[in-house]
Amino acid sequence: MNTTILLFLLQDGVTNGAIYALLGLALVLVFAVTRVILIPQGEFITFGALTYATLSAGGVPGTAQLALVMGLVAFGFELFSVRKSLHLAKVVRAALIYIAFPAVVLALATWLPAHKPGVAVNIALSLLIVAAIGLFLYRIAFQPLAHTSVLVLLIASVGCHLALQGFGLVFFGAEGLRGPPLSDVTLTAGPLLFTGQSLAVYGITLALMAALWLFFGFTRYGKALRATAVNRLGARLVGIRTSLSGQIAFLLASVIGAISGILIVPITTLYYDTGFLIGLKGFVAAIIGGLVSYPLTAVAAIVVGIVESFSSFYASNYKEVIVFTLILPVLVLRSLAAPAVEEEKD
Amino acid sequence: MPRWLPILLFAAVMTALPLIPGIPPFWIVLLDNIGLAALVAMGLVLLTGVGGLTSFGQAAFCGFGAYTTAYITTVYGISPWLALPASLVVAGIAAVLLGLMTVRLSGHYLPLGTIAWGIALYYLFSKLDFLGRNDGISRIPPLSIGSVEMFDPDTIYFVIWAMVLISAVLTMNLLDSRTGRAIRALRRGHVAAEAFGVQTARAKLLVFIYAAVLAGLSGWLYAHFQRNVNPTPFGPQAGIEYLFIAVVGGAGYVWGGVLGAAIVIILKEVLQGYLPLLFGGQGQLEIIVFGILLVVLLQLAPGGVWPWLANLVPLKFRRTVTRNAGGLPARERVGGSTAAPLLKVERARKQFGGVVAVNDVSFEVNAAEIVALIGPNGAGKSTTFNLITGILTTTGGRIEVHGKPVDNTPPQEVVKLGIARTFQHVKLVPDMTVLENVAIGAHLRGRSSAVASMLRFDRGDEAKLLAEAARQIERVGLGAEIDQLAGSLSLGQQRVVEIARALCADPELLLLDEPAAGLRHMEKQRLAALLRQLKDSGMSVLLVEHDMGFVMDLADRIVVLDFGTRIAEGTPDAIKTNPDVIKAYLGALA
Repeated sequence: MNTTILLFLLQDGVTNGAIYALLGLALVLVFAVTRVILIPQGEFITFGALTYATLSAGGVPGTAQLALVMGLVAFGFELFSVRKSLHLAKVVRAALIYIAFPAVVLALATWLPAHKPGVAVNIALSLLIVAAIGLFLYRIAFQPLAHTSVLVLLIASVGCHLALQGFGLVFFGAEGLRGPPLSDVTLTAGPLLFTGQSLAVYGITLALMAALWLFFGFTRYGKALRATAVNRLGARLVGIRTSLSGQIAFLLASVIGAISGILIVPITTLYYDTGFLIGLKGFVAAIIGGLVSYPLTAVAAIVVGIVESFSSFYASNYKEVIVFTLILPVLVLRSLAAPAVEEEKD
Repeated sequence: MPRWLPILLFAAVMTALPLIPGIPPFWIVLLDNIGLAALVAMGLVLLTGVGGLTSFGQAAFCGFGAYTTAYITTVYGISPWLALPASLVVAGIAAVLLGLMTVRLSGHYLPLGTIAWGIALYYLFSKLDFLGRNDGISRIPPLSIGSVEMFDPDTIYFVIWAMVLISAVLTMNLLDSRTGRAIRALRRGHVAAEAFGVQTARAKLLVFIYAAVLAGLSGWLYAHFQRNVNPTPFGPQAGIEYLFIAVVGGAGYVWGGVLGAAIVIILKEVLQGYLPLLFGGQGQLEIIVFGILLVVLLQLAPGGVWPWLANLVPLKFRRTVTRNAGGLPARERVGGSTAAPLLKVERARKQFGGVVAVNDVSFEVNAAEIVALIGPNGAGKSTTFNLITGILTTTGGRIEVHGKPVDNTPPQEVVKLGIARTFQHVKLVPDMTVLENVAIGAHLRGRSSAVASMLRFDRGDEAKLLAEAARQIERVGLGAEIDQLAGSLSLGQQRVVEIARALCADPELLLLDEPAAGLRHMEKQRLAALLRQLKDSGMSVLLVEHDMGFVMDLADRIVVLDFGTRIAEGTPDAIKTNPDVIKAYLGALA
């Protein structure tokens, strides 16, 4: 092996790893706040990527319609849950969030593509659509189950994954799509070639991580989310609306998922079901990080990316086997370090 | 109504079904698939619903079973029946290896870990040359009995459903036994079960292997039913599907697994058949509807369909306890003849980081003596209990029982020395009856193994265990509540159930952590009378209690702790007037 290949593999691994890191962070965030193991994260990736690709190709993505339909259902759920104390202000607020917002987004998504908007507009529109889906998904599927066990939430999560993946096939077809790159710049540094896209991956990952750090460290909502993660009941007692925390967590996770998708889709062709596997690699990182530690998850994600790129070079057949087996030694270490006294779980 | 009657009815119906003239052959294929899925789901019921261990990887164990028989029957031409043990053993060995790594993980690590190795194994199946890579192995011989070769779905139907019924009966037998109670206690945490000698890690591994072997059996049947295997049915999607079959049916119930398999497989079939007619053949509509229905079902009935159905049919199976089943052998006494005190705590110390919870505490408990450990909140009383019973390890000092050092021995060994305890925060299994909860206390006094229980060779032993449990329940005065679910009792009664459970271990020293909390005045008096009676029969009691009237009347000696340090020891009268004690309780000015 020569240095060029080594550096190339490392670069490739770090680029993928950066994306896994984003996904891992989102998974940790959602799990900590809502106890939901977010399997539909993969769908947020594909929806973001394919919506962006469809918009760029001048089409109207079906996800925009899905967002409106989910908004209508969520509105019904919201009205039903506040039926005992129905105020006009509440109804108007719910109508704005659950109906007006996705309706405006759908109108934009229908009207804009014919006018050839720029990359930035397409990205913004894709993020809005997926953000709406993420928010409404929590309201419809998970908020009514918020009090149940991790297992029930996990199964519900699987149900959402299946349904959304099915919608993906309906909207985008079985053929894969590619999107236009964010920039056409290329830089060379020694033997390495940096495309504008890979630079964007690094830049956006770092920026998002910094933003999350600022959000959790210095804002009221961020602190409310952390409080919910540590102790739901305690958070409620001090006046934090835990369902709001859940909605914010899903909103963040869906936006992060969509951004990851938009970052990947110019590099590789994405299919309606690709997201699942990409999301699972984010999982591997999140598990290695113990589902609690953000920095550890980020480091683990980079390791996962590097292991993946090296194993695809040396043993491409066993690439997935190697990546997913990576978890086992970590699990063994964790089980050896397991605490002696374990409080009962309900 | 005897418990075997519904099973026999079900067996009769299943036998008659394919014999109905004019039944569409397609239905039989569906029933075959339901049976195959039910086997896997039944394992998951035990693993996830009862044992609390969520696994997404069961499809991989089906894969081990299917590929094993496919490989050896096609390559070596061995009869499928001879390949059956091999399939089960391979699935079992895989479970031992994966289980050793994963079952000790708690909470959410376990399901995530199983997803990971489930996917890894799926890719392994599809990449290995000798397993035919993505194409798999085909031309697998059919099952045959004598000269009858089971090519068609009608004949293998009987084998599949016979296996389902046998497995269901074995599983129910297992759950209704000494080992079964240990498994059912797992979901509520380890501490209480371990305090009565249950090897929780081993119990978890046992259910993990059991579930894997059932999945391996399903895989073996699948291979000879389809007569070819490829990786797809053993992938992560299938693993997920098995889990929600169990959850939909009712993850805590053996028949919930069968019902869930029927619901899910028929629903998928109906959706696949009719949705394209309604909406035109666009996309995978059935997957969308399926996913949505799943979420709706969970929101309406998070416990699954079986318990909901079972509530509609008010059938009660009352357990009869044979009171004269004969006594259990007494627990083996350890060194009762030595002159050493029963319990000797010498400069015991426990630090959590910089906090000294127990600071060089010393005291003794002699035979037939009631000693009380009192002190303000946070004085280190419960921590001392945890040090004695091996739940926590000491940072320093010695704890001896009959002169034998017991500090840092696991709780399962401590109870063998005759020390049984109750907990400050009640640790019962709420969905088990009082009788079953109390019987866990006698876990170490039973002998029957898991296999013996499955085959019902444990009935003599089991009758003695339950008779002993019933005796102790009578003794603490809860005879009327014996068949109630423990979770339905008042908190005070639950504490008394814990005492009965501790008595079942045939202890020499009873450790009671706030036994009188939540009891009414009369109940407290009855408890005091019981403890005096126990003392008269030679048992010692060490108790933590805040009710001073109760303690002062009952205790022979009192040890007072404050901030982890022993500040006084003596008779109740001496303690009442001790200035240090008054200061600790009421402050310096009092």
